[in-house]
Amino acid sequence: MLTLANDLSRPLPMVRTGAVPAKEEEAAEIQTLPVKIDIRGLSIFYGKFRAIAEVTMAIPAHQVTAIIGPSGCGKSTLLRALNRMTDLTPGAHAEGDVILDGENILGPGVDVVPIRQRVGMVFQRPNPFPKSIYDNVAYGPRLYGVRKRVELDGIVERSLKQAALWDEVKDKLQQSGMALSGGQQQRLCIARALAVEPSVILMDEPASALDPIATLKIEDLMQQLKSEYTMVIVTHNMQQAARVADYTAFLMIDGERAGRLIEYGPTSRIFTKPEKKETEDYVTGRFG
Amino acid sequence: MTRNLFEQQLHRLQDEILELGSSVDKSLLEVVVALRRRDLAAARRLEAHDEVINKKRFAIEEDCLTLIATQQPMARDLRILAAILEVITELERMGDYVKGIGHIITMLGPEPLPPDLLDHFDAMASKSTKMLRRALDAFIAGDAKAAKAIPTGDDEVDKLYNLVYRELVNQMIANPDTIDHATHLLWVAHNLERFADRVSNICERTLFFATGEMMELRSTNDETKHPSYRIPDGE
Repeated sequence: MLTLANDLSRPLPMVRTGAVPAKEEEAAEIQTLPVKIDIRGLSIFYGKFRAIAEVTMAIPAHQVTAIIGPSGCGKSTLLRALNRMTDLTPGAHAEGDVILDGENILGPGVDVVPIRQRVGMVFQRPNPFPKSIYDNVAYGPRLYGVRKRVELDGIVERSLKQAALWDEVKDKLQQSGMALSGGQQQRLCIARALAVEPSVILMDEPASALDPIATLKIEDLMQQLKSEYTMVIVTHNMQQAARVADYTAFLMIDGERAGRLIEYGPTSRIFTKPEKKETEDYVTGRFG
Repeated sequence: MTRNLFEQQLHRLQDEILELGSSVDKSLLEVVVALRRRDLAAARRLEAHDEVINKKRFAIEEDCLTLIATQQPMARDLRILAAILEVITELERMGDYVKGIGHIITMLGPEPLPPDLLDHFDAMASKSTKMLRRALDAFIAGDAKAAKAIPTGDDEVDKLYNLVYRELVNQMIANPDTIDHATHLLWVAHNLERFADRVSNICERTLFFATGEMMELRSTNDETKHPSYRIPDGE
């Protein structure tokens, strides 16, 4: 059974699973979960090229949702649309809706700065700033106007603790973030994302550059963080999706090379009893 | 991309299951012959053969777990390996029923066995082994339709079991001196009847790996039909 982290006293919107009509019992289970991000008919274009086509899926709050699919299927593009990082690519534009907590972030006149504060991102390669561990974590809060040392100290400690890094770095906060190991650097980047108090964390292949132990630490961390955050992860590693995600979305390119959502549902079902042949072929390694 | 290595190893596992199944099948047919002939040597050999079946089952289980650990199968591939683990357990238990009958043969006294009864045992063994062969073919082929149909054959085995049960009970009532002897024969019938039941379990696993559905496949005449006739399995 799924646990519900949110307030159950208010009416819960229904999660629409998009490409595939959910089975009755599955639908009943999903319907009890509040929606954090409702993606409706989303297409992303790079110039004339449509990278993802008409994706409709609802990402439940306080769950880990994985996006899987073969290379070039638009997984990262879809993820980056969720905090409008796609805007940073020249010539990119979006059609459809991405509704975060009831507000369409693709709507006209939406300020992207608060959106990126609410929806943080962690990338494939750890990318700490060439600053101290402390300043890496304090960077965002300072940008948003936090000046008091005592307040910053509190944020840095809380964020590093949440990222399961505090015990390893508490005595060397002034050392360079670049001096940490790869796995520690990635957790530093997670702490940096957490410091601005987002409610959603997007992770794009967060462990693909890490060794197996560091990978498991990141995966453990995702499980711990989901009680406070909604997590969306893009991964090439199906085993990782199977290990960490509550829900899994499978994307694949269509005849026009646009990524489409093929199937979306509870991870346990996607990896044991997928409904679509394309999903079955992909998860059993017989794709293409 | 295909998974040649995985496919090869899976096919090898399937061959091993057929081998195990045919060993169990042959043993059951042999043990009813040994009973008819009161062939103690054959009975002891079949009793000992159970160890070979057990070892074979463990070997397949180990290969199966290695395949899961090294190939990380998903979806249908995972279901088939999970089903194999169950099917080999069923086959191993079916081997135990043969062993049990072999042991009963060595315990029977010199009293003659009624020819009718032996014919019923032959018929039960013959029907059960035919079901087993069809069930294993359906398992290898992933044939859900066949898997659903096969358990109905169990009704005929159950009917024969009921017939034998009544005959033996009547015999015990008519001649209480035969109680020991008749009880042994009742156990033979019980083992044959349970053998056929386990074929239905194999069919359930076929259905599971082929469709993902977990469903109990009962014969049309399900086992609550004659509760008083059921001997607790002690499992």
